[in-house]
Amino acid sequence: MSDRNPSQSNNRRSTTVNRLSAENVTLGYDQRVIASELSVEIPDNSFTVIVGPNACGKSTLLRALSRMLKPSTGRVLLDGQAIQSMPAKKVARTLGLLPQSSIAPDGITVGDLVSRGRYPHQGLLRQWSSDDERIVQESMASTGVAELADRFVDELSGGQRQRVWIAMALAQQTPLLLLDEPTTYLDIQHQIDVLDLCAELHEEQGRTLVAVLHDLNHAARYATHLIALRGGEIIAEGAPGDIVTADLVERLFGMKCQVIDDPETGTPLVVPAARKARKAPARDAEAPAKAVARAAS
Amino acid sequence: MKAIRTRGGISLRLDIRGLVIVLVLLCVALAASVALIGTGDFPISATDVIRTLLGNGDAGQEFIVNELRLPRVLVGLLVGAALALGGALFQAISRNPLGSPDILGLGQGSTAGALVMIVLFSGSAAQVALGALVGGLVTGFAIYLLAWKRGVHGYRLVLVGIGMSAVMTAVNGYLLTKADIVDAARATVWMTGSLDGRDWNQVWPLLALCAVLVPVALTYARPLRMLEMGDDVANALGVRVERTRLVLLVAAVLLTAAATAAAGPVGFVALTAPQLARRLTRSPGPNIAASMCMGAALLVTADWISQRAFGADQLPVGVVTGVVGGVYLLWLLLSERKAGRI
Repeated sequence: MSDRNPSQSNNRRSTTVNRLSAENVTLGYDQRVIASELSVEIPDNSFTVIVGPNACGKSTLLRALSRMLKPSTGRVLLDGQAIQSMPAKKVARTLGLLPQSSIAPDGITVGDLVSRGRYPHQGLLRQWSSDDERIVQESMASTGVAELADRFVDELSGGQRQRVWIAMALAQQTPLLLLDEPTTYLDIQHQIDVLDLCAELHEEQGRTLVAVLHDLNHAARYATHLIALRGGEIIAEGAPGDIVTADLVERLFGMKCQVIDDPETGTPLVVPAARKARKAPARDAEAPAKAVARAAS
Repeated sequence: MKAIRTRGGISLRLDIRGLVIVLVLLCVALAASVALIGTGDFPISATDVIRTLLGNGDAGQEFIVNELRLPRVLVGLLVGAALALGGALFQAISRNPLGSPDILGLGQGSTAGALVMIVLFSGSAAQVALGALVGGLVTGFAIYLLAWKRGVHGYRLVLVGIGMSAVMTAVNGYLLTKADIVDAARATVWMTGSLDGRDWNQVWPLLALCAVLVPVALTYARPLRMLEMGDDVANALGVRVERTRLVLLVAAVLLTAAATAAAGPVGFVALTAPQLARRLTRSPGPNIAASMCMGAALLVTADWISQRAFGADQLPVGVVTGVVGGVYLLWLLLSERKAGRI
């Protein structure tokens, strides 16, 4: 049982090299190339958010970082090792993922679902240790679903369900957690709820978070590190306050806008230009984005 | 759920309800077996059956029980368990109760193999069994290849399987029209599934196969449970998705093909047993042990009913499981419709 708590031992390694990075990866499905020769560093202890227009390769990049998609060239490195050649369970003890598509089995309770997050720590002879039990309880408590433990997942609302899936990913106890559009299909208050929870995990538990988000304003408000992706290429990265400008938004989405200070947080707030102001130059501005989308598909 | 922990760091998880269900189903299967052994032209009382099985019967009963009826019952138990396990694995992999081998055309494939032997070669019973085994394996392999596209996914597996089933049904229809009347009658009996005249020669290979594949299925039950939540979640939890699926599909195809080779395509056990087991244990995920016990109990009980209600050897067991399974399937579809899922 020497590897009982890998997250702790891993935390001790030097932090000069980031734990998760992609090196010149070419990503795609079958013949379709989404990104080529892409290199990304995920800064340790950051809340990194990947943004960009549809089909820019954000989810694809996240899939590659989480070993779901094998790069056709290049490699993804986790703690200095090529992630594809590492044992699957070992990766799963270091890096967690909340995918977009997940299926709650019929008739499963919240407690049962969350406890499945302990899978990579378990084996035939270690099926349910007291650690497992404690961590599942903690994960449910910190996501606010503890009182739902005996309810069926089917009967929950979308927001509650997303919290349950996050609790499952938390129970995995990974220092790195990847989230693929965790706020999609949620109402605004549940979106903020989930993002607050993510910020909490990042600030209070010191986890490195990587999320794909659709909403640029949410990204600017919550991220400590922003990666702007278009056509499979990084066109800007850094702290949101440093990189989010009207110019960047126009290059990224082909949309005119103003960037003002968020009255609540002081982070950049993107305000799209009014329809009349956009109308005349809009066609030209959209052209590059469309060309990129075409190249990517 | 109860956890058992030792100081050495070993911890096991027990589902008490599941365990009770497994024990109850085992008792049902054994009771039905004893009743089935006692049934026939020379009825034997339950106490005599048990005494004879324990080695204390008289010579006449010993011959009837051990040589004639016990192997038939054992084949029934094994076929039921194997079909149910194959069904449970297929349903879990396709995440669909309709993704069972009998709907995916494995039974049709085995039938095609058997019909080739009966109609074209007038083969012996052993050759027919071999033909059925090969037919089932080839069909399973073909389904896997056709359904593969960056991994096998539930819906595609079901649709390809249904297509395969249609093709094989056509092949079988063609073979039957080619047959003369004697072969056609033999083929028809084989196609309904029957335990008549099964002896120790069918018991041993089935038992050996189960001895190997049941532990495999049990060890892969945990990753399979993770697979239920979708490939991405399973992947994120450290499950080798495609390998798990391949190993379990191979095991399921082998079990189904072997069971079909031994008893013919006994309908609906593979479809119903896992679903009934799941509703009884009330636990999500493939209930492997409970499904197997349910399958064994179902098949032996069906065989007993077919002999009891209609006289010995009048009605093949497949007809009874077909009727029971058909009614169950209708109920399942109706209740799913009420729940708004289809």
